[in-house]
Amino acid sequence: MPQGRSPILELKEITKAFGGVEALRGVDFALYAGEIHGLVGENGAGKSTLMKIIAGVHPEFSGHFALDGRETRFRSARDAHAAGVAMVHQELSVAPDLSVAENVFLGAQPTNRFGMVQWRRMAREAGEQLARFGIDVDPMTRLGDLPIGLQQLIEIARVLFSGARIIILDEPTSALSPPEVERLFATLRRLREGGTGIVFISHFIEDILRISDTVTVFRNGRKVHETEAAATSKAALIEAMIGKGREALEETYAHDITLPPRGDRPVVLKADALSLARSVQDVSFEVRAGEVLGIYGFMGCGQLELARVLFGKIKPDSGTLVIDGDRTAFRSTAAARRAGVAFVPESRRAMLFHQEPVYKNISISVLDRISALLLKPSRERSIAVRQVEQLQIRPAAVELDLGMLSGGNQQKVALAKWLSYPPRVLVLCEPTRGMDVGAKNDVINIVRELSGKGLAIIVLSTEPETVLSLADRIIVMKRGAVVREFAGEVVSKDRLLEAA
Amino acid sequence: MTSSEGVTASVHRGGQRSAAAILRSQMRNVAPFLTLIILSAFFAIASPSFATLDNLGNILTQVSVTGIIAVGLTFVILCAEIDLSIAAIANVTGIAVAYFTLQESYVNIANVPLPGWAAILLSLALCALLGLVNALGLTVIGIPSFIMTLAMMQIAAGISALLVRGQIAYKVPDLVVTLGSGSIGGIPWIVIVAAVMLLGGHLVLTYTRFGRYVYMVGGNREAAEYSGLNVKLILGSVMVISAVCSGIAGMLGVAHFGSAQQNEFDTYLLDSIAAVVVGGTSLFGGRGGIGNTIVGLFVLGVLNNGLDHVNIDSFLKILIRGLILLAALVINVYAQRLRARAAE
Repeated sequence: MPQGRSPILELKEITKAFGGVEALRGVDFALYAGEIHGLVGENGAGKSTLMKIIAGVHPEFSGHFALDGRETRFRSARDAHAAGVAMVHQELSVAPDLSVAENVFLGAQPTNRFGMVQWRRMAREAGEQLARFGIDVDPMTRLGDLPIGLQQLIEIARVLFSGARIIILDEPTSALSPPEVERLFATLRRLREGGTGIVFISHFIEDILRISDTVTVFRNGRKVHETEAAATSKAALIEAMIGKGREALEETYAHDITLPPRGDRPVVLKADALSLARSVQDVSFEVRAGEVLGIYGFMGCGQLELARVLFGKIKPDSGTLVIDGDRTAFRSTAAARRAGVAFVPESRRAMLFHQEPVYKNISISVLDRISALLLKPSRERSIAVRQVEQLQIRPAAVELDLGMLSGGNQQKVALAKWLSYPPRVLVLCEPTRGMDVGAKNDVINIVRELSGKGLAIIVLSTEPETVLSLADRIIVMKRGAVVREFAGEVVSKDRLLEAA
Repeated sequence: MTSSEGVTASVHRGGQRSAAAILRSQMRNVAPFLTLIILSAFFAIASPSFATLDNLGNILTQVSVTGIIAVGLTFVILCAEIDLSIAAIANVTGIAVAYFTLQESYVNIANVPLPGWAAILLSLALCALLGLVNALGLTVIGIPSFIMTLAMMQIAAGISALLVRGQIAYKVPDLVVTLGSGSIGGIPWIVIVAAVMLLGGHLVLTYTRFGRYVYMVGGNREAAEYSGLNVKLILGSVMVISAVCSGIAGMLGVAHFGSAQQNEFDTYLLDSIAAVVVGGTSLFGGRGGIGNTIVGLFVLGVLNNGLDHVNIDSFLKILIRGLILLAALVINVYAQRLRARAAE
């Protein structure tokens, strides 16, 4: 905390309630010019709510809000923007059908005095801005044609170069590869020198410690800890976040892991020379019963497409899939499910029915097992109650609409729907992305238990920690192809990163 | 999903939701019902001949054909699709059943007389086939239902035109005559058929696995696919169901009106869509049902019938119906938004 200066942004006694319940309780927060302020806390701790108040997304709250020492109220995100506050939200919010340049200048296209868009100027300036950020793309490319990681970088770049004095980044690094994170950090440091105040939210505590000057910890809607980044440690922050020490946590973040030797149990799924356009190239692997296969690679390495091929969502151009010795040609996700493949995509939104009760979300994949024609609601509920109990889904109320659950619990529901009749193969994309430490651990334990029951499990992730904490064997994908396999040997985060 | 923080906390505190929140989430069911009550009260006060048992019978009869079509359309709209070919398919099926029935000699149609049961079966097969074409266009080729059924509307109208060539046919099989224009114990058969089909539709949607799939596909199609449902099969099925319901309505309608001719059912396209949507079934899919459709049918029926009783300019009637439909659409979209906000 820089001493003797007044903050550009100062919030006092901020309280914010949703439907009569307080999401923030009397929070003080200050941001100084030329400061990078890291925010950590479990999901639901209140950090995003606070940032949305700052960015004008939630105009209703109580407490004092001062910008440059003057009491201010933003009525909308537009107000905040006009005052120089910009935010990159957790979810990608770009216009995929517009060009890169149009996205960079979204809402602020340069026009001539007749109000016509100056296309050439816009393309040139967009190209220059992106080049400064180390992104080399044709500004007239359709944004949606670029890999997701690059789209996210461009969205970040738009905000970083918008001229805002206060920039809020909510989980900006989750989809970025290490070199991209480096570029982001270099730019953030440059902006800091220019006097911009930056708030940086992340689950990656190493990132927070590396880039921040100050770190604030949230828990249950309160600010519980504020410290200089140089004066704290990962362990101390985690302890402040969850309120108590947990030895099990360390395992998740361990650096050297010895993989068990290859098992001799029967092969459940065998993929042979799968290829799909440019995204998957000649990929072969096998998974045995009771084995967790980790597939690691940077964003855009083809793993998401590969997962969809395994579940029959995308038809591969060539290659074969064999399950339990039977060759399968998955023409639909329904066929894959019948063959015993279960799939949890990386986005919970794509997997769950937010407006339906929890029990319907859980029973949907097994309805045809429990009912031929007529539904059996009591049976559905009892199945759901059992899963909710086993996976410790909170709140334990199967009648509740799914949208009322927190992200971590939704993720458990996404798993639960496959478990009442255990599948042969479970394909999990990014099973712990965006989750807090406690929920992450729960998911890890669930996966371990399932593999103990003999399921063949495939975990695909862009987070080395996820793969390291779950997998018995790891293959690394790069530009659509398998480049390395780790089995029965010592592996670590560096070695994975090096291979990818 | 940080936006769920607040609500999640409230759930931990005992799951109590305020009455206002419940009312808001139920708006799509409450609003149409209120509309119905207000309209009925208005016409009852405005005209002494409106609120009579006889007139209730009239209203029921008047909404029956729309009701039968709306059963199938409810399935389609619950899946977040649309079927614009319903009226044209009703028309062509009604014409077909007359085409396969022996007409009086003065009817100048080169028709193919068949036994009554064969005429009915062939006509049913025809509407099912047209529904299947809709289904294949939508699921296999991937034509949006709006466009696909727009083409089918024209195709069905074309077949109608070819069959009757501008003429009017009168005779239909006895069974169709009975169900379309007969009555039992003072209750018109067509009302009974409509009631049975609405009940059947409700039972299928509420108590069968298929019904659940319809709601889930409408609620989140991507999630349905990632749950391993055969989304294409479900979408295809609802298009066929819609066409068959329209076909049945067409056959009974021809008997009810006493003649089969081109463009006879044109007004039923808008009426059926209006009934489903006014009733509160979400155009975005996944919300609503036959119960809503029944309320919507009554709103439309009371409106059409009541406007006759208050002796209003018949041209103004059209405008008023349009305005009521617009109001219903506004409520429909708002209800969706309120609910989405409640779920966030």
